[in-house]
Amino acid sequence: MTHTPSGAEAPVYYDLDEHPHPPGGSTMLGFWLYLMSDCLIFAMLFAAYGVYGGSFAGGPGPRELFELPLVAVNTTMLLLSSITYGFAMIATDEKRQSAVLGWLGVTALFGLAFLSIELYEFSNLIHEGAGPQRSAFLSAFFTLVGTHGLHVTFGLIWLAVLVVQVKRRGLISDNVRRLQCLSMFWHFLDVVWIGVFTFVYLLGVLR
Amino acid sequence: MSNDLIKTIFGRLTLDSFPIHEPILVGTFAVVALGGLTLLGALTYFKLWGYLWKEWFTSVDHKKIGIMYIVLALVMLLRGFADAIMMRLQQALAFNGSEGYLNAHHYDQVFTAHGVIMIFFVAMPFVTGLMNYVVPLQIGARDVSFPFLNNFSFWMTVAGALTVMASLFVGEFARTGWLAMAPLSGLDYSPDVGVDYYIWALQIAGVGTLLSGVNLIATIVKMRAPGMSLMKLPIFTWSALVTNVLIVAAFPVLTAVLAMLSLDRYVGTNFFTNTGGGNPMMYVNMIWIWGHPEVYILILPAFGVFSEVVSTFSGKRLFGYTSMVYALIVICILSYLVWLHHFFTMGSGASVNSFFGITTMIISIPTGAKIFNWLFTMYRGRIRYELPMMWSVAFMLTFVIGGMTGVMLAVPPADFQFHNSLFLVAHFHNVIIGGVLFGMFAGVNYWWPKAFGFKLDRKWGVVSFWCWVVGFWVAFTPLYVLGFMGVTRRMRVFEDPSLRIWFVIAGIGAAIIAAGIGAMLMQFYVSIRDREKLRDITGDPWNGRTLEWATSSPPPAYNFAFTPVIHDLDAWYDMKSHKVARPTDGFRAIHMPKNTWAGVVLAGLSMVCGLAMIWYIWWLAALSFLALLATAIIHTFNYDRDFHIPVEDVIASEDARTRALQTAGV
Repeated sequence: MTHTPSGAEAPVYYDLDEHPHPPGGSTMLGFWLYLMSDCLIFAMLFAAYGVYGGSFAGGPGPRELFELPLVAVNTTMLLLSSITYGFAMIATDEKRQSAVLGWLGVTALFGLAFLSIELYEFSNLIHEGAGPQRSAFLSAFFTLVGTHGLHVTFGLIWLAVLVVQVKRRGLISDNVRRLQCLSMFWHFLDVVWIGVFTFVYLLGVLR
Repeated sequence: MSNDLIKTIFGRLTLDSFPIHEPILVGTFAVVALGGLTLLGALTYFKLWGYLWKEWFTSVDHKKIGIMYIVLALVMLLRGFADAIMMRLQQALAFNGSEGYLNAHHYDQVFTAHGVIMIFFVAMPFVTGLMNYVVPLQIGARDVSFPFLNNFSFWMTVAGALTVMASLFVGEFARTGWLAMAPLSGLDYSPDVGVDYYIWALQIAGVGTLLSGVNLIATIVKMRAPGMSLMKLPIFTWSALVTNVLIVAAFPVLTAVLAMLSLDRYVGTNFFTNTGGGNPMMYVNMIWIWGHPEVYILILPAFGVFSEVVSTFSGKRLFGYTSMVYALIVICILSYLVWLHHFFTMGSGASVNSFFGITTMIISIPTGAKIFNWLFTMYRGRIRYELPMMWSVAFMLTFVIGGMTGVMLAVPPADFQFHNSLFLVAHFHNVIIGGVLFGMFAGVNYWWPKAFGFKLDRKWGVVSFWCWVVGFWVAFTPLYVLGFMGVTRRMRVFEDPSLRIWFVIAGIGAAIIAAGIGAMLMQFYVSIRDREKLRDITGDPWNGRTLEWATSSPPPAYNFAFTPVIHDLDAWYDMKSHKVARPTDGFRAIHMPKNTWAGVVLAGLSMVCGLAMIWYIWWLAALSFLALLATAIIHTFNYDRDFHIPVEDVIASEDARTRALQTAGV
């Protein structure tokens, strides 16, 4: 029985060789798609902030509330954490496990610093009576910035889990793939934050 | 125990939350409880739990998950249809001073639940199930890109469906209509648990829908058989690709808007409130930015089914394949530019309304092109009126009317008359029943022999077909008429006795549809009973054209022992016309993903968390959320997720097929 029709240049209709397909071949694409869907959630929150950005309901506005120097420090923390995560990925490529773990640790510290400053800012606002219930503007502000903060929190939990997994099993391909995914996630949050910093804080103070 | 302690433990769940004062609900509960106990008892008696758990619940096989999705859709169809019958009966009765038999509190829940269930837990799982089953087979793949996520997505959908079902017997469902428009859905006007049930059911199921969208896109992009360029993709898979792009680009919007609504309800923010700077129209805008693409998420896969069916049963290549693909893509893009046509009456002004009116009308161009392509495919074809083809022709006739009433609604000045009337209700049922449901029924009749190895019974199928088609028209033509008379939707009682006759006719139509559903269940039963008589050995009972017909029915777990190589659109037809022989030796072990418990457990915990949030049982919500997180993390520590099907097993099942084919003389 022949597998191909007769003829000089018979086309092949079945691939008789089994090619190894390492698991996770679609992971990067899949994770990108997830990130883009997450990006849409942020897009809606930005849109909400865009609409409600002036709905103070007689309450305080950005000019009274935002402390740009503090936010600048905060932004620096997050940007630095992205750079250090980049170093972790370089170390991953070079298969230097302890350097990877070290840079992940530094990234986590910057991430924690970012979160602490954000929480400090939030608690200050709430103490001043400018909580999310005060006006639609503050609802939109807290939801947008808070959702970003929540993402950073989950990123940190993920990072901690990965540290344990890299320690346990080393830089095996599964772990490298996970590090790459978290890398995309982390940089994505950085990009979103640049949007927040510009659109919410800088433009808010200007407007 | 002190009151405070009870409140801490049970939140706002009290004995009054159980609707024992509603005789209809108590009766329903008795029937459901009895039926459920019988089912559970039977499963235990026949020792089926282990089988179900090992072979189905934990399965990552896209075929089994697809079948489970469709079972879910059919079960929920019965629930959603029960709501429909109740509404028809109420509206036929409530004349001449009669209050009917449903009080307002109950009736408002019924129409909300009907809409939510039919869209989210009937149409969506139906569509997702078909895509799950068919797409990997059509592209010559062995599974989807992320098999575990696939299982998880399914169980999240189930958890959402169960949450809605729970509202029937514990507390109440939303009384807001299926989109829970603010500010009615805000805490001021809906302080009870109904809207919270709505929110959490949709959020939980939404996670599943989104992830399955990501999964199928990655599968179609990454896992096509060699040679299958995008323009050689079977048209159903193209429709699935476009649909899933829509899902990934639309469902996050729903997630975001429902999250904001829940913040309004739980935290006291002011997004959609009347006070504090909030703006309810933001809700309307945002929910329709999801809602309109959703309409196309449902109909495009149905278009894909019709394309496959019409081409197969006309014995011809699909007419205008390329234009079909472009039509899908154009519809995909346009579907994001029309959302405002759902609320022309908001008062956006003439310019905005004109823009959205025109974009809406433009959508009818690619859609019309598709209709013509199907007609041209049939033209001079050798048409076989098998059941799938019958559904397709009924679809074309029905859907064209629905499309035209849609264009009528797209004209803003006319819409000011039709808005919120029964004309609108008739229109969207016309396209959803005549388009989506007929498409899914065509798909079930078409692919059933692939999934189970035997055809569906024709006689009962024909009965079901005629009952559905006739019943649909008898039920919804009166609503068009009533809509023209200005009758608004969601009314519980009527003053004008002259309207009554139309509601009675609509009720008769619903009864005919009920007969159609009954006949369909009968069709399944009779077919399973007579399966040996209806058996198909070839795996290609319809003389199909695409790859799913190249393998056995039902396909082995690995789908294809050897990866097919594609040279032409309609790959299987190409192979048949070149008389390509099926390889019968040289098999190898096949690398496959392992089953996993994680999907069921994660979805179960999500459901507990959702229910706890609904009832303000904060400790349970926190606990189940932590458990959810912990389970997810524990699952990531399992690196051992795949195995090889031993070569002996592959040889055994392939040899069995070789023998069967020889015996059958094919």
